[in-house]
Amino acid sequence: MSFDIQKIRQDFPILAQQVNDKPLVYFDNGATSQKPQVVIDAEARYYNEINANIHRGVHHLSQVATDAYEEARVKIQQHLNAKNSFEILFTAGTTFGINLVANGFGQILQPGDEIIVSHLEHHSNIVPWQLACERSGATLKVIPMLADGSLDMEVYTALLNDKTKIVAVNHISNALGTINPVKFIIEKAHEVGAAVLIDGAQAVPHLKPDVQDLDCEFYVFSGHKMCGPTGTGVLYGKEQWLNQLPPYQGGGEMIKEVTFEKTTYACLPHKFEAGTPNIAGGIVLGTAVDYLNGIGFDNIVAYEHQLLEYATKRLTELEDIEFYGTAKEKASVISFNFKGIHPYDVGAIIDKLGIAVRTGHHCAQPIMDYFNIPGTIRASFAFYNTKEEIDQMIEALKKALMMLR
Amino acid sequence: MTIKEIQEEIVDEFAMFDDWMQRYEYIIELGKTLPLIDEQYKKDENLIKGCQSRVWLHADKENDNIVFTADSDAILTKGIIAVLIRAFSNQNPEEIMNADTSFIDEIGLKEHLSPTRANGLVSMIKQIKLYAIALQAN
Repeated sequence: MSFDIQKIRQDFPILAQQVNDKPLVYFDNGATSQKPQVVIDAEARYYNEINANIHRGVHHLSQVATDAYEEARVKIQQHLNAKNSFEILFTAGTTFGINLVANGFGQILQPGDEIIVSHLEHHSNIVPWQLACERSGATLKVIPMLADGSLDMEVYTALLNDKTKIVAVNHISNALGTINPVKFIIEKAHEVGAAVLIDGAQAVPHLKPDVQDLDCEFYVFSGHKMCGPTGTGVLYGKEQWLNQLPPYQGGGEMIKEVTFEKTTYACLPHKFEAGTPNIAGGIVLGTAVDYLNGIGFDNIVAYEHQLLEYATKRLTELEDIEFYGTAKEKASVISFNFKGIHPYDVGAIIDKLGIAVRTGHHCAQPIMDYFNIPGTIRASFAFYNTKEEIDQMIEALKKALMMLR
Repeated sequence: MTIKEIQEEIVDEFAMFDDWMQRYEYIIELGKTLPLIDEQYKKDENLIKGCQSRVWLHADKENDNIVFTADSDAILTKGIIAVLIRAFSNQNPEEIMNADTSFIDEIGLKEHLSPTRANGLVSMIKQIKLYAIALQAN
């Protein structure tokens, strides 16, 4: 399939917008992606045509809505190449998924057990594990980061031992764009019998994970970073692990039988889907997955790589620029600063010129502490961005530097 | 001059600018000329914790008035503090406590009120007023 960027841009109505009287250049895709018209339409269609509560009514609409929701689950199962559709849990997002798993481990772990995270993690993949440690008496170990923003695999291998129960790392770093060697990480963890959770929040917009090939126990991500609605997400878990974990929230739909003495839980995936879920969100996430597969991840990866190389080359032209995260395997994310200038100042000025980037610590303070900086300017590209937009960012940065120097 | 008079003066000054760029350049200039805070006061207790940039704010009582000194690691933020210090420093505590702060909107800095922006002007103003309450009691 050919990759027609102009046609793709027309799929995203928001991109035609002006910000501060300038054409919007949206390079904050790491925070959330924009939505194509098919996704926006699907959201409206749900409420226009099939809105009803699922899994309970006998009436027609309830059946239609239930079918659509379960079809979306199957779409996501196929997308991730999971063995069973009941291993796909709909969640409110990555943070929710990690908390669900960490909360379960907090109840299972014993004092002396160990959890491993990495220095590259987002706060969402640190704090839930700290809570699990507090609750269980387990200890948190951290895989250190090397200067190029990659993880130290030698130390990781040395950290693993028979007390290690779970390893939680991201597939792609949100702050630096490093693509982590997750397959190696998972293999090594399995050698000591530890489970692995992969935080795929930043990966799913750029690649198609194969959970059976990876062989991870859990894979979590958000819908809104991959062209889907906000407040949606997925937790993939291997069947035996999801059976083993205690339920996270109690309520309707997650039960088999309730008496005041004892409640028995529903089977998967309902055990973890208490209450009325984000029905529209789940269905529309399926639409987003279809849309991305229609464009094709091979096309997306190749095109985004061109953007990354072009942006890196153009940014290098600017004086006193410092890049953070220069690992060999990188997604289309560039984190940088200018010597002696606070990232906030740059971000606030280029915003006035229509350029949307993220500035700050990206909810990954340990990484900023490592580099001893308050934050970075982060430009993260999606397949609907263009080289012309990168040129506009460069011009805006030049203007900002002129004002600030 | 009273706080209100100073604020009016600031509003008049900012009214001369045609666009955001001139306004920002002026704020940057103000940031560069903000008198340095005594290094000993750049400590964590004086930090107004914000999302993106760090701001240190120190208050002293001189005669009956409160004198503010401050610093930030971001220059735009520093410029905004310079505006605030000009409006509120060297005034008596009661006037600071009761001062209206709507002049911020009028000079086009409203977007900096958002808590995700720098420190959020809101927390700076809050801290200025808290100092006034604390030092009035002394």
